[in-house]
Formats: sequence, structure tokens, C-alpha cells
Amino acid sequence: MKELRVSAIEKGTVIDHIPAKSVMKVVKILDLENSENTVLIGANLDSKKLVKKGIIKVSNKFFKAHEINKISLVAPEASLTIIKNFDVKEKTIVKVPKQISGIVKCRNSKCITNHENIETVFNVDTDCESLKLKCKYCEKVMEKDEIEFS
Amino acid sequence: MKNRSLISINDFSKEEHLKILELAAEFEKDSRQQILTKHVIASLFFEPSTRTRLSFESAISMLGGHIVGFTDASSTSVKKGESLRDTIKTVSNYADLIVMRHPFDGSARFASEVADVPIINAGDGSNQHPTQTLLDLYSIQQTQNTLENLTIGFVGDLKYGRTVHSLLMALSNFNCKFHFVAPSFLQIPEQYQMFLKNKGLEFHTLSNIHDVIPDVDILYMTRIQRERFSDPSEYEKVKDSYELKRDDLSTSKDNMQVLHPLPRVNEINIDVDDSGKGYYFQQALNGVYVRQAIVSLILGLKK
Ligand SMILES: [Zn+2]
Repeated sequence: MKELRVSAIEKGTVIDHIPAKSVMKVVKILDLENSENTVLIGANLDSKKLVKKGIIKVSNKFFKAHEINKISLVAPEASLTIIKNFDVKEKTIVKVPKQISGIVKCRNSKCITNHENIETVFNVDTDCESLKLKCKYCEKVMEKDEIEFS
Repeated sequence: MKNRSLISINDFSKEEHLKILELAAEFEKDSRQQILTKHVIASLFFEPSTRTRLSFESAISMLGGHIVGFTDASSTSVKKGESLRDTIKTVSNYADLIVMRHPFDGSARFASEVADVPIINAGDGSNQHPTQTLLDLYSIQQTQNTLENLTIGFVGDLKYGRTVHSLLMALSNFNCKFHFVAPSFLQIPEQYQMFLKNKGLEFHTLSNIHDVIPDVDILYMTRIQRERFSDPSEYEKVKDSYELKRDDLSTSKDNMQVLHPLPRVNEINIDVDDSGKGYYFQQALNGVYVRQAIVSLILGLKK
């Protein structure tokens, strides 16, 4: 457990507190399989906060806002630690944005965004227990489980 | 409302809805005011909808306006693969306002983002048809002299009926009570029931039309399509209870009126037409006045 933590990378990002069942989803949405960077994946680790959690460490990689937005949709409680020179430079907890642009596909096949070259825009409703996305164009609502990344 | 697009019914506030109705009443008294003679309005029907198109074109023509456009996309460059973005950008140069009907949900919102002129949504797929909602509101107001504290019965396909959903949202601002009459699998969706609950409005879901007739001020009928039923015998069972006949109205209140977005098939018997209770043809005519009001407010010709 200890040696799995930050010690392994000189610089890069550690994504911690990923719900156990979402680890592979995070790998997929960030396309880490095709990454040139070293990626360490820890799954089903014991966690006080989440009971079972996952950790992903990516060397030489600092995620951009739209990538962090993606993470927030599948792992809203995740934390991001930025490592430089083996030191923790910055620690942040991902935040679900109010609006998601461009990264999610609308699941309504009759939505104009699936027929024309348009950047999708969803308004995020986090008031309800599970996260919901409402398409700005067709006004249809998607549940968290229905989210498909473009 | 000057220079604003009308895409969804919720784009305009309750006060703005009332303003449109007030102006529609002015046009009902005089629908031939020559105020549009200097304007060109594009009417882009990417899918045919004769009723809606004629209503818009009639509204505009009566005010002296000029119309350009197409009645179905098959004869245009759209067929050659032109994007909606390019069609709208181009037509923006030719007209002061665009009225559009399109088969895809959200197309009107997208058009309003790329157009240099305001857009009026005349129906985007199964999503919105705000001018229909406003003419329904106007018809309710004309028959009841108010929109407040009414009891409205919605009958038919309440699950897929876009006109019902929008009208419900609009009427929720007026403290109305609702009866939803439909076979269980075509009942009003959960999200609208939640919406009404959260607003603290009273509503009931029922399956028999006769239970609500004595209670309602407005009976809003919609079409039930036979194709919606997977079991034909189920259709035979409910069919009769949703075919409104003149005799069924004997228990109704004096002020009660029957509305229908048209076209009807067999959900209202023709013997209702001249019973004094059938308002649907006047309702369709009201669409002209309401559309005149919307167009003149958006073009800034009326305040
Ligand atoms: Zn959509």
C-alpha cells in the first residue's frame, strides 16, 4: 500500500479516491491504454473513505480541464495530486462543472448534435442524488449510467 | 422580446406570455394591419407541416409581409448535403426573421446560435412547438376569460404528446388543477408529475374520460394512435372511452370547452362540432393572431 503511493513517480499526476468500480472507466475515458506515459493502476485497495478504492498514477502527465471534467463525471469524489520532483505540488478534489462542453455524446439519436458537426453542451444537475445531464439542444435528460463520451 | 428567438416555451416568462396573448387579442379585432410591408420573413420547413406553415404564412401575409422559403427540404440544397449551419447562415442574409420547422430535436436552438436574425421554432422533432402552446393558452383564455385557477383535463396520448407537455409547463404558472386521462402506458411521464408535485399543484391520473367531464373547464383532447398499442385488443378496449360524443358532454359545466391541436382522427365525433362545446376550429384560427403577435413583438413593431 505505502509503496504504491507517490514515491514511484518523479513527476506526473496521481488520481486517488476513485470508486473501485470506476477505475477502469477512468482508464478508458482518459485513453490511458494508448498513453505513452507510464501508467500504474491500483484497483480494489482498502480505503477508509470509500471502503474499496482505486488509484491511477500517470508519469509526466498533467491533466487539462476538459480531462478533469471527464473524471468528475465517473468519479465525482476523486482527488488529483500533482507531483514534481517527487514532491506534492498541488492537491485538488475534482469538481463537477455546471456545464459540460464537447466531451459527452447525446444519447438521443434524433438530437441535432448527432447529425451536424456541433459541440455538445450539457447542463449538469447535481441537486438530485445521482448526477443528471440535460442536453442544451434537445432538452433530453441523461442519467449518469447513460453517459457516453465522444 | 425584440430580436429574441422563441425556441422553447420557457424562454419567455409568464408576463411575456400574457403580453403575447394581449397583443393577439388586438390582432383578433384587426388582423389586417399593414405593419409588415417592409419585412421579409423566411419560412423554412425542412419537413412538411402544412397546418403550421399555412397558419404562419397566413399570419404574415395578412399583415402585408413578404415570405421566402421552402415547404419541404427535398427541393433545396439541403438535399445536396448542405449543413443546417450553412442554410441558416445563408438565409439570415435574406430575411429579417426565420420561422423554421425541422425533424431533429434541438435544431431550432442550434439555428438561433448561428443565425444573425431571430428564429421562431415551428417545431423541432419531438422537442418543442412553442407557438402551438401559446395559441392553446390564448384559446383557454378566450373561452374562460382567465387562465387562473382552472381545471384542465388532458386526454389521449399523454406520454408522447409534446403539445400536452409544453401546455402543462405554461399553465403551471396559473395555479391550475389537472386531470390526466390516458391508458396506463400512455400516462403523463413521471418527470412532469414530479414537476407538478414540486410546484404544489393538484393533479390526478385516471383512465376514464367520463370521470372528469363534470369537473373540468377545458377538455384538451389529443390523438391516440393505434400503432402505440402492442396488443390490438387493448386498443379495442380503450378506443370507445376516448371517443368523445355529444352525449358525453351532457354532464359538463356550462363554460366547458373542448380543445384539440388537430388533426383529429376519431377521438372527437363530428356531432361535437356544433354542440357549442367544440372550440378546436376557432383554436386553429387563434393560431394566426397569436403568430401575428409573436412576429410583431420580435420584430419590434409592437410593444
Ligand atoms: Zn441532445
